[in-house]
Amino acid sequence: MTNFGVLVFPGSNCDRDIAYVTRDLLGQPTRLIWHQETDLGDVDVVIVPGGFSYGDYLRCGAIARFSPIMQAVLDHAAQGKWVLGVCNGFQILTEVGLLPGALTRNRDLHFICDRTPLKVENPQSPWTSTYNQTVITLPIAHGEGRYYADADTIKSLEDHDQILFRYCDLDGLVDETHNPNGSLGNIAGITNRQGNVLGMMPHPERAADAILGSVDGLGVFQGLLN
Amino acid sequence: MADFQARIYVTLRSSVLDPAGVAVCSGLHQLGYDGVESVRIGKYIEVELTAADQGEAKTQLDQMCDRLLANPVIENYCFEITELATA
Repeated sequence: MTNFGVLVFPGSNCDRDIAYVTRDLLGQPTRLIWHQETDLGDVDVVIVPGGFSYGDYLRCGAIARFSPIMQAVLDHAAQGKWVLGVCNGFQILTEVGLLPGALTRNRDLHFICDRTPLKVENPQSPWTSTYNQTVITLPIAHGEGRYYADADTIKSLEDHDQILFRYCDLDGLVDETHNPNGSLGNIAGITNRQGNVLGMMPHPERAADAILGSVDGLGVFQGLLN
Repeated sequence: MADFQARIYVTLRSSVLDPAGVAVCSGLHQLGYDGVESVRIGKYIEVELTAADQGEAKTQLDQMCDRLLANPVIENYCFEITELATA
């Protein structure tokens, strides 16, 4: 069994959706962890969920990164254990320095709520190892999801196969026309250098139960099961 | 100890796209201000704090900006400090 821990900040709103996937769909032990806690216990996978932690005041994720639980998350990541940040969780992981770059205001200013094809760039990663297909479709829902990093950082991400997902068309073509938010390099999800920390703007948990029309997101979680 | 007020300006780095600034720029053009070349939108933050002296206040404010008030990946900051008259 793989123990999942889902962080809950004031303003998180995808925490229960993730717990539904890991506990009810995948049958794994899962607990919600309030941000004021300081100990992750026997958790194998920490998930930082989407939402609007602390109302997104100042910058998305800027205040959540100082929550007491985040020191335990840093220690967890430093030990090479799994950390997944989705949407607001991705923003928090960049703010706390576990992932490079930043998520800035969408190019066209709109909050985007849609489904978008994603090219699976690195099928060797455990996060993507269960995918046979090279294009999956996941929901996105964000106003500040435009990935930005300086040119050296982008090159380093590419050189070390840290880019797992890019926005693309249904055939996997990555170009500016199929870039919903203006992310540099159409980047939708990246890992740290070691590969144990993943941040992504699309919501895999919202495409995990067949009754909702797609299970393209389930693989992100399945790749971590023992 | 003395009381200080800091006026902090947080601005996007020039390499970072500012779509809100672009939208406001086009709004100003709509109003007929054809001379407007560009608009960049940042944040203005006022902080009042107590510190031993102005140097100590500056040290603390630099840390506050680096750790929380600005994100050095995408933003720059600067601030002015004024000592407040004690009541």
